[in-house]
Amino acid sequence: MNEETVIEARSLVRRYDKLVAVDNVSFEVYRGEIFGFLGPNGAGKTTTVRMLTGVIAPTGGTALVDGHDVVKEAIASRERLGIVPEEGNVYVDMSIWQNIMLMAELHGIARRRRRRRAEELLELFGLADRRRHKGRMLSKGLRQRLMLSMAMVSDPEILFLDEPTSGLDVASARLIREVIIHDSRERGATVFLTTHNIAEADEISSRVAIIDKGHLAAVDTPEVLRASVEASRSVEVTFASGGLDPEAIAGIVGVEKVKPLTRGLRIYTRKPGRVAQEVACLARETGAGIVTLATCEPSLEDVFLHLTGGAARDGGKPDG
Amino acid sequence: MDNPRPAVRAWRRQFHGVYVIAKKDAVLYYFQPPVLIYGMLLPAFFFAAFVMARGLDAVQAVPAIIAITLCFAASAVSPMVTPWERRSKTYERLISSPVSQTAIVLGDTVAGAVFGLALAGVALMLGLVFSDVHVARPGLLAGALLLSGSCFGGLGVLLSAPPTRNPSQIMMLSNLVRLPMVFISGVLLPLAEMPHWSRPFVVISPLSYCSDLVRTAFGAKPYFGVWVDFAALALFSIVFIFIAHFFHRRGRAKAL
Repeated sequence: MNEETVIEARSLVRRYDKLVAVDNVSFEVYRGEIFGFLGPNGAGKTTTVRMLTGVIAPTGGTALVDGHDVVKEAIASRERLGIVPEEGNVYVDMSIWQNIMLMAELHGIARRRRRRRAEELLELFGLADRRRHKGRMLSKGLRQRLMLSMAMVSDPEILFLDEPTSGLDVASARLIREVIIHDSRERGATVFLTTHNIAEADEISSRVAIIDKGHLAAVDTPEVLRASVEASRSVEVTFASGGLDPEAIAGIVGVEKVKPLTRGLRIYTRKPGRVAQEVACLARETGAGIVTLATCEPSLEDVFLHLTGGAARDGGKPDG
Repeated sequence: MDNPRPAVRAWRRQFHGVYVIAKKDAVLYYFQPPVLIYGMLLPAFFFAAFVMARGLDAVQAVPAIIAITLCFAASAVSPMVTPWERRSKTYERLISSPVSQTAIVLGDTVAGAVFGLALAGVALMLGLVFSDVHVARPGLLAGALLLSGSCFGGLGVLLSAPPTRNPSQIMMLSNLVRLPMVFISGVLLPLAEMPHWSRPFVVISPLSYCSDLVRTAFGAKPYFGVWVDFAALALFSIVFIFIAHFFHRRGRAKAL
């Protein structure tokens, strides 16, 4: 593989007394990729991020950021990072401008460069008119934009974003996603994205890791992960009126389960293409009027629920 | 040394970090009510009550108010800073920045020392304007204030080490330490006139040495000796900052 590793976790462990929050977690993140890190509440996502960013020390294992050990070479590794922590922690008694300048100064960015970059970020995030507003005056969405500005003011090689769009309005979440993608593509920044929003991870991540109860359940591209959950492939059919008898559908070879919908059926199968053809034939024979007929691939959410032991979702994301 | 440049650059970055942390503390915390109350009003009222009760003359009162103000003000900033930042979740931002724990501790110490020196400077000016006392040894006074400021700034950082998100808990702890210091340090009563039972306590309080030096700068005869005072204050500074660093480092991941 010719990808260059910029973040490497080797058998990371973090214990809190008897509780093992992160247990033997290993993965690599490649330069320039957006790496989604998914998991249910309490799975160990934030603990992993805190170990990688040097906030807490691992109880076992090691982690390297751009070749620097996060414990032994903590400052060198943190110099490369821009971080948006999980909770909205701007300085509420400082203005937007002062908050950005503080982070730039902590990263040792020269005065002229930090002022120029801050101006660019204020424009990018639509904060230019509010630069003198104190942190306490900002809505959650604006605060999150400020946090991202603070993380990006040093032009870091690696961005750690812990739930960056959680609880935001649609416009703010979209803006932040666009900026993340743009920053990764244009500047080649590596993004480590922790999120609950599976659709968001699916949309922007080149690879995804799923962590559950402190254990890493899977690491791969969303496409490969989706393909790994064949049982969630299905055919969704809706009818104008009447419809087909679920018993008759269940008799088609390859159909594993039939679930009634409001105006149709969801048919679970490992061979959705062939089953869709059979359903169309059966409808023609019986005179049932089909409105829509689509094959559905499993979504990343199906993968997530499958790996984390959650109940299977009703179906996948229609792709047809 | 094979390649001194990266090391020099790293040191410069950390010194700059000390400055940035101190500047941040000054902007955010100097005018917070708890800092003003515990750093300025409390010693002022405390002193006023004592002066009225005992009728101190200016020669005793002016050095006393300078020493008390310096002690209370310099040690009032940090007990506000760290728990407040833990509560408002900005502490995680600081410790994940490329600034070392040492730089954070020293930055907080400097912030406290500067605040203490500023208020002690005001007390000195008021004393010189409104009384007939004069500074006999200005260089000694400047050295005493600088060293005492860093010592009490370090004390403040040490007091803020318990990993809590509640500033009032730390303020309570700090007053538990600072208030008795006033009584055992010969601030309001010359050390030579202190009761015998209190003498062992006198030597373990940094305020005793600060007070002795300030009095000496105003022309009094030193109780311990000038160099003993300086050495003791330097030792207290190093010990406070060293222990504070140890506990802040140990508790950095707690109460996030």
